[in-house]
Amino acid sequence: MFILLEKEHGSVSSYLTRRILYAFPILIGVNFITFVLFFVVNSPDDMARVHLGNRYVTENSINNWKSERGYDKPLFIALDNSGKKIFTETIFFDKTVRLFTFDFGQSDSGRDISYDISERMWPSLFISLPVLCLGLLFTLSFALLIAFFRGTYIDSSAVILCVSMMSISGLFYIIGGQYLLSKLLQVVPISGFDDGVASIKFLILPILIGVVGGLGHGTRWYRTIFLEEIHRDYVRTARAKGLSEKGVLYLHVLRNALIPIVTGVVALLPSLFLGSLITEAFFGIPGLGSYTIDAIQSQDFAIVRAMVFLGSVLYILGLILTDVAYTVVDPRIRL
Amino acid sequence: MIIKGFRLLLVACLAFLCACSDSGWNNPYPSIEDSENIFYGSFSERPKHLDPVSSYSENEAVFTGQIYEPVLQYHYFERPYRLEPLTSETVPEPIYYGHDRKYLEGDPLAEDVQEVVYRIKIKPGILYQPHPCFALDEKGDHLYHKLPAHEIEGKTKLSDFSSKGTRELIAADYVYQIKRLMHPKLHSPIAGFMTKYIKDLGGFGERLREVSIESGGILDLRAHEFLGAEIVDKYTYEIRLSKKYPQFKYWLAMSFFAPVPWEADAFFGQPGMKEHNLSLDWYPVGTGPYMLIENNPNRRMVLAKNPNYRGELFPGADEDDAASLMPYIDRAHYSLEKESIPSWTKFLQGYYDASGVISDSFDQTIQFNTRGEASLTEDMKSKGINLVTAVRSSISYMGFNMVDPIVGGTSEQSLLLRRAISIAIDYEELISIFANGRGTAAQGPIPPGIFGFVDGEEGINPYVYEWVSNQAKRKNIEVAKDMLFRAGYKNGVNVSTGEPLTLYFDTVSSGPGSKVMLNWYRKQFSKLGIDLVVRATDYNRFQEKVRKGTVQIFSWGWNADYPDPENFFFLLYGPNAKIVSQGENAVNYQSKEFDNLFVRMRSMANSNERQEVINRMLEIVRRDAPWIWGFHPTSYTLSHSWYGNAVPNLMARNTLKYKTIDVSSRSQKRKEWNQPIIWPLVVIGSLIIFALIPAWCVYIARERARLGE
Repeated sequence: MFILLEKEHGSVSSYLTRRILYAFPILIGVNFITFVLFFVVNSPDDMARVHLGNRYVTENSINNWKSERGYDKPLFIALDNSGKKIFTETIFFDKTVRLFTFDFGQSDSGRDISYDISERMWPSLFISLPVLCLGLLFTLSFALLIAFFRGTYIDSSAVILCVSMMSISGLFYIIGGQYLLSKLLQVVPISGFDDGVASIKFLILPILIGVVGGLGHGTRWYRTIFLEEIHRDYVRTARAKGLSEKGVLYLHVLRNALIPIVTGVVALLPSLFLGSLITEAFFGIPGLGSYTIDAIQSQDFAIVRAMVFLGSVLYILGLILTDVAYTVVDPRIRL
Repeated sequence: MIIKGFRLLLVACLAFLCACSDSGWNNPYPSIEDSENIFYGSFSERPKHLDPVSSYSENEAVFTGQIYEPVLQYHYFERPYRLEPLTSETVPEPIYYGHDRKYLEGDPLAEDVQEVVYRIKIKPGILYQPHPCFALDEKGDHLYHKLPAHEIEGKTKLSDFSSKGTRELIAADYVYQIKRLMHPKLHSPIAGFMTKYIKDLGGFGERLREVSIESGGILDLRAHEFLGAEIVDKYTYEIRLSKKYPQFKYWLAMSFFAPVPWEADAFFGQPGMKEHNLSLDWYPVGTGPYMLIENNPNRRMVLAKNPNYRGELFPGADEDDAASLMPYIDRAHYSLEKESIPSWTKFLQGYYDASGVISDSFDQTIQFNTRGEASLTEDMKSKGINLVTAVRSSISYMGFNMVDPIVGGTSEQSLLLRRAISIAIDYEELISIFANGRGTAAQGPIPPGIFGFVDGEEGINPYVYEWVSNQAKRKNIEVAKDMLFRAGYKNGVNVSTGEPLTLYFDTVSSGPGSKVMLNWYRKQFSKLGIDLVVRATDYNRFQEKVRKGTVQIFSWGWNADYPDPENFFFLLYGPNAKIVSQGENAVNYQSKEFDNLFVRMRSMANSNERQEVINRMLEIVRRDAPWIWGFHPTSYTLSHSWYGNAVPNLMARNTLKYKTIDVSSRSQKRKEWNQPIIWPLVVIGSLIIFALIPAWCVYIARERARLGE
């Protein structure tokens, strides 16, 4: 038994090592594409102009700005140099190496990126985590309820309702929710954010809208999964044993339907940190949602590459976690 | 587990109720602030710079204008705009010197002037805001100027430094800031421009750059002298210009020429400070009526009264009247609102004291009478909201690239083509459709309120308008068609080649929002039979095309830096052409006659003689039509009844100190307007519960039936 566990443990570690090693070329590739895409649209001269302002800017000040931030080097290949300097004396090498040590450095406007991320990550999490947890709770409950009443008018009505809710744009939920609860009924602030307990009144509306907005899609998706499971032999056996319908649904059906649920939920983990652009913009939440977009608009490449890199790392971690979670929810799966 | 969850829910509900104030559940501010003298406003774009050497945008001036004090300011009420002393004793007059430093009396010709001196005497006794950079220890040394690395570690905010100090404003601080314009690491946007005027500034910049390379970027600007600015005594300094430039006085009212204490650079320049986000660009230090106490541009910026502020009399108030000492408001909270709907709703709920008018709610807010005058709708009036309108000192125009072979040049053909298009593009219609009537069609480059603008019949552009029934009326499209025919195009077809005329319009507008306007432009050109091809691109490429002179027709705009016609005419001055000098003459217009008059006009004081020169310049540019003059936007500002002294002053940036808030009136109105309505929520909740009851009954019945089997 001990030998078996050791062997299993060994296979998980080698799997994780392999996946982490695979991550390096992926991250370099993502970074390369980010560089290409960003510099196709924005030249270092354009970046300097945006940062210095468009009025009265001279070539001299543009050159100084580029030189100070290392944008005066060639992008990928420094043909003027020899040996390894052909690759190391470039913007790509210079900026990429630091990313792999998670040293994001300073933004082009001089702010510490790591500090800004750590500050802005929390408001995003304050919204996305409750939305995820409450959303899961409600969608799973509704889906189980609908699965229980499968084939009845309740099922049909619920499906119609879900499809209708899925068809409505997320923006409508936000604007409609703000109009109804903040403007008409005046029960919560329409936008804003605060620290500590005072933040609760600002979080109610975005969380409520996040949960309601995802209800249609989630319920429909989980209902399909549960209906697939509900006709299996083990369910029939459980019922035959005299287990209550509640017990059948929660103990057997839900447990066996966990793989697609876990896949969907773990894949969402990166977006919990990275926030939602529209929600944060409409509710004035100082999260990470608009950080990248603001950086793209202000052509702050330091932030763009840091956020893309962080996003890639989180997605890779999310996918690894998904694989590991499979083994937890279904012991038959081996890594 | 369920009980635990219920308890948590109960705690959350209690916390929510505690967080809600008496004035309304939807109050975004703590209830403790209800009775405080706080201004509440919003901003949609985060300020990039708060260091006066690099701050230039209007959204930054909302903050820097209240914190920094240049020597001059604009009179709050007087129009046309007039400069008055702020920290200086008087508005400095230029002293002119000719060859061999011979004093020149009166208003000499620009070519005779070799040096201009502005001698500025500042008021004594002005103190800086409390700031750690001034903090002293028992020995009188600066407490935080030579901090070891471990003491900076962990400090990320200014409030992490417990001691603060202040000191008196002296002339050396103004000189120090002028030197900072050339600091190689600060990248002041006006550095290059000012080297043309301030004596030795360019050379000083070069010397600093060399020293900076040798010293690894650490510079003590006090140790480096330059001829352009010198300290005369503790309260007096001189700025020396190398040529006559009467508009320089306006720059003295901008934050670029506000004082910065050397202690601020010594404090923020220490190794490790920048890495901890501690910089003057984030934590400004000034002598103004307010100081920035919270800088979180992703959420909120807070200004508080500077406790060391000397107090300034309200314009026209008696000197003995202590109650007239400004500022009146204790704090100003500006919240980030990226979307207009929440911002507008908060204004209507009384949670913002002032607001612009959003396009979506324009019709519910503004109505026009038969004379075209704007007023508030009855709904707005019933809430006591006030409307203030003012034509902005800016222009939105359409430019013809004057080096383009078809629309550019000075040939009769291109001249007639440009004039015909100028008539065809109906800017009155554009203002009505796309700006909700918020604008005035331009007759030339100078906006109303700026010296040189002429109102009435004398002020119209006779090439595009005629004076009918006491107002300017755009000429008939048939006149434009006739002009086009004389230009060699019959109904938009080249008479000699038989090819239809196709013109290219470069724009950064794209997407569904801009499509309507671009179609409108096409329609205007099609009135003459001209096919307009829209070349939409991103802003970088657009700017590149303008720099290289590869655009044909484009739209652009200009906001005045200062209220002088020079600041608009220089956009058409030949040596400023984009393709010549990368200047601000984006259409690359060249006219020797205009240029000569411009050189003369820019060095003249406002007088009838200057107006005559301006009139001649206007005639030239209207005749040559390098721009379609477009329109001057009108700003519409709404404010609540409790917000006092809301006068439009589009030049002054330090206007917060004049404003007042009637706190009790605001508190009462907020309560009145924000009573929560709960019954619909109770009804919805009950409906959900009632809907679940049959489901529950069915479940129970099924379970019983199954167990019975």
